[in-house]
Amino acid sequence: MSTFKPLNGNQTIAEAARQVDPDVVAAYPITPSTAIVESIAQFKADGLIKGEFVCPESEHSAMSMCIGAASAGGRVMTATCSQGLALMWEMLYIAAGLRLPIVAGIANRALSAPINIHGDHSDTMGARDAGWIHLYSENCQEAYDNCLQAFRIAEHPEVMTPVLVGLDGFIISHSVEVIQVEDDQRVKAFVGEYKPLFPLLDTSRRFTVGPLDFTDYYFEHKRSQIEGIERAPAVIEQVAKDFGREFGRHYGFFEEYRMKDAEIGIVVMSSAAGTGKDAVDELRDEGLPIGLVKPRVFRPFPHVGLAEALKKLKAVAVLDRCSSPGAFGAPLFTEIRSALYDYDKRPKMVNYVYGLGGRDIKVEHFKEAARALVKIAETGKVTQQCGYLNLREG
Amino acid sequence: MKKENWKELPLGCVNIHPGNSRENLTGTWRSGRKPEFMAKNCIQCYFCWLYCPHFAIRVEGEKVIGINYDYCTGCGLCSEECPTKEKAIVMVKEEIELKERRGR
Repeated sequence: MSTFKPLNGNQTIAEAARQVDPDVVAAYPITPSTAIVESIAQFKADGLIKGEFVCPESEHSAMSMCIGAASAGGRVMTATCSQGLALMWEMLYIAAGLRLPIVAGIANRALSAPINIHGDHSDTMGARDAGWIHLYSENCQEAYDNCLQAFRIAEHPEVMTPVLVGLDGFIISHSVEVIQVEDDQRVKAFVGEYKPLFPLLDTSRRFTVGPLDFTDYYFEHKRSQIEGIERAPAVIEQVAKDFGREFGRHYGFFEEYRMKDAEIGIVVMSSAAGTGKDAVDELRDEGLPIGLVKPRVFRPFPHVGLAEALKKLKAVAVLDRCSSPGAFGAPLFTEIRSALYDYDKRPKMVNYVYGLGGRDIKVEHFKEAARALVKIAETGKVTQQCGYLNLREG
Repeated sequence: MKKENWKELPLGCVNIHPGNSRENLTGTWRSGRKPEFMAKNCIQCYFCWLYCPHFAIRVEGEKVIGINYDYCTGCGLCSEECPTKEKAIVMVKEEIELKERRGR
């Protein structure tokens, strides 16, 4: 039987960890994801989990330990964010390259400089080419649900790719929400048993993990790795379907909100989508045919689905909670714009960077973007391709 | 050995052929110099065997007898570590043999 518990985002990730009880959790605390690590340590101290908990001297070591433990054949989990994720950088690529299905909870936080502990997506967006699957969560419930699904997705024999679950730092990680926590046994049954492909502790077979590749093999191994994440969509879909059947909450690659008869649309990920939906409701009341699309899966990028969802619109604003200095728009924008390129009929598109360093985004800012979209839809002209929301422009 | 295409490779950069580094003739990396073994100076201390990064010191009947040029990269560690006054391994120019090696 499921129970309703008041938990913040970090606690929901820790709760998922307690229920799944991975063989090894190796993690180093960093604001705002500290409470994930703290809670798991407490579970270990209280004898509520059987798995090993290791607190190494840095995030680089934490991911290295995860890689070691996963290579040994264990189910492995970690949590971090921001500078911690940045310090893990080279190991992130190794985890993905070795096809180790590690699950990481990331309380998305801005990157220095200037130092800032609040929520934006600079950390995980910077890691978008590391080969990990990315799931983003709008609220605590989604963070919990994404985390449970992450194990199934990562460990699927066709996928065998690490998964990170993003939840906005402080906005979600520290906000208490009453969430539906599923029964321990049902969660364990849903996640199932993990069968590693090449566990190093299996001494009956002789093999080497991750030896040097020269010019003659590296390319093939990389192509093989890409296949894992390219096969992930079918698995993500199936896992979401199973999850929906088992627990009654349904997930797609992205969520469409009041998109059916929409003429203009806003694309935004994570917690801001909640505010965005309120803005859409208010604008609908004013008679504006607007909808919202909230991607949940960023890697593998659901390019066909998103393009199909957006192609009929007149104008679309993509909101990115990170910047890509010097690029033509931030990551979500460039990918969606590219996904629509081959369509004869496609919307005009603009990009807004918002919420850097935890800057609030309110209903009025969504309305500001919507007003710009109305003008673009009327004139068919984009005057400013990339802009900012709630920034003191001067 | 036939090189696998990407679909034939096991997942996760796993090498399932133990000992296949034997097929990688690192001796082809040598460029311009090679070690020469002089038995008369050798005190059988095994330093060269211990330090050689490519197991290219030939040992037979517990005695160092020379260099395996199929794997010797010509790094010179063996000569550097050789502790005898008159070195038992010296690095010499290798030009003619290099030409022969190419195209193997």
